[in-house]
Amino acid sequence: MSEIILKIDGREVAAREGMTVLEAAQKAGISIPTLCHHEKLEPYGGCRLCTVEAEIRGRTQLVASCLYPVEKNLVVRTRSEKVDRIRKMILELLLAHAPDAFELQDLAQEYGADKDRFEKEPSFCLHCGLCVRYCAEVKKKYAIGFVDRGTKREISFIPEIASNECWNCKECFPLCPTEALQAAFVLTKAFAFPSPSLEPAPAE
Amino acid sequence: MDKARVDQIIDKHECEASSLIQVLLDIQSENHWLPKEALERVAERLQVPLTRIQHIATFYKAFSLVPKGRHKVHVCMGTACHVRGAQRVLDTVQDLTGIKPGETDLDLKFSLETVNCLGCCSLGPVAEIDGKTHGKMAPAEMAKVLKNYE
Ligand code: SF4
Ligand code: FES
Ligand code: FES
Repeated sequence: MSEIILKIDGREVAAREGMTVLEAAQKAGISIPTLCHHEKLEPYGGCRLCTVEAEIRGRTQLVASCLYPVEKNLVVRTRSEKVDRIRKMILELLLAHAPDAFELQDLAQEYGADKDRFEKEPSFCLHCGLCVRYCAEVKKKYAIGFVDRGTKREISFIPEIASNECWNCKECFPLCPTEALQAAFVLTKAFAFPSPSLEPAPAE
Repeated sequence: MDKARVDQIIDKHECEASSLIQVLLDIQSENHWLPKEALERVAERLQVPLTRIQHIATFYKAFSLVPKGRHKVHVCMGTACHVRGAQRVLDTVQDLTGIKPGETDLDLKFSLETVNCLGCCSLGPVAEIDGKTHGKMAPAEMAKVLKNYE
């Protein structure tokens, strides 16, 4: 495990090989906004809120810091006009889907994002994948997954699994930046949970 | 589709999780849709979470999670067909079958889809039924063609 020195916002920061820029920054007490990141989960790169400028060998790129591995002589800028503009845009787009999400509100203030810039399309789910990934990677229950694709993508519980596993867990609920997850659970419970049958479950 | 047949298909692909899409395609092409019981069996045998299968089955348009009709009607709405009156052909099909694109009638006779260019524009307006191409369609011809399907 060799040590790598890189520069973040003008400060020299030491990191271990294999760390992401986000981890290195956090270790040095430099904060980068994130939405889809979670320490217990594999990097996902879904929301792009953590975008930073990364300069290596004179070339500057915009990268998702939660995915980008640290590198020797890397120069990172976590705030710049361009980065701020991108984050503002992302926030405005997300706010069109979930106008009341707390996490977004605070960031919106910081970046001057206007929650009414885009026409509202309250689907509430921000496609961060935290619930889906937590259930799969940490709990290994696979009770919830994505269905469909693109703008139509939604989360969906597998009722048979959820009705067995979710009661005593619900660990994904607080991870959701909106209330989409709880709403989906309540709906699934009401409409799709297998009704308690009088016969014992058939043995497999 | 019964469980034994699903098992046969799975065995043909050597029960490999990496053949998931092939297995689903085989079930789809034989059964015309993917019943839940079949997917549960695939999940169990290939050891792939059902959520993953569900994601894939809803991701690709080739798969259907609802029953499909015996005859698949694809009306081309591509540019060339469009300027030659594809909309009227589509309207005819909708009137006669009572279904809209993406739907299947209650008798499971027809499923209707629109496509964007079937690659034979000079024949436009084109409709494809069960893989057979019907060119130079007009409302009256389309009605005649549909009558041939039981
Ligand atoms: S329901 Fe919530 S946690 Fe799950 S993907 Fe959507 S926004 Fe993320
Ligand atoms: S936190 Fe990096 S892309 Fe979401
Ligand atoms: S546009 Fe219909 S076949 Fe090309």
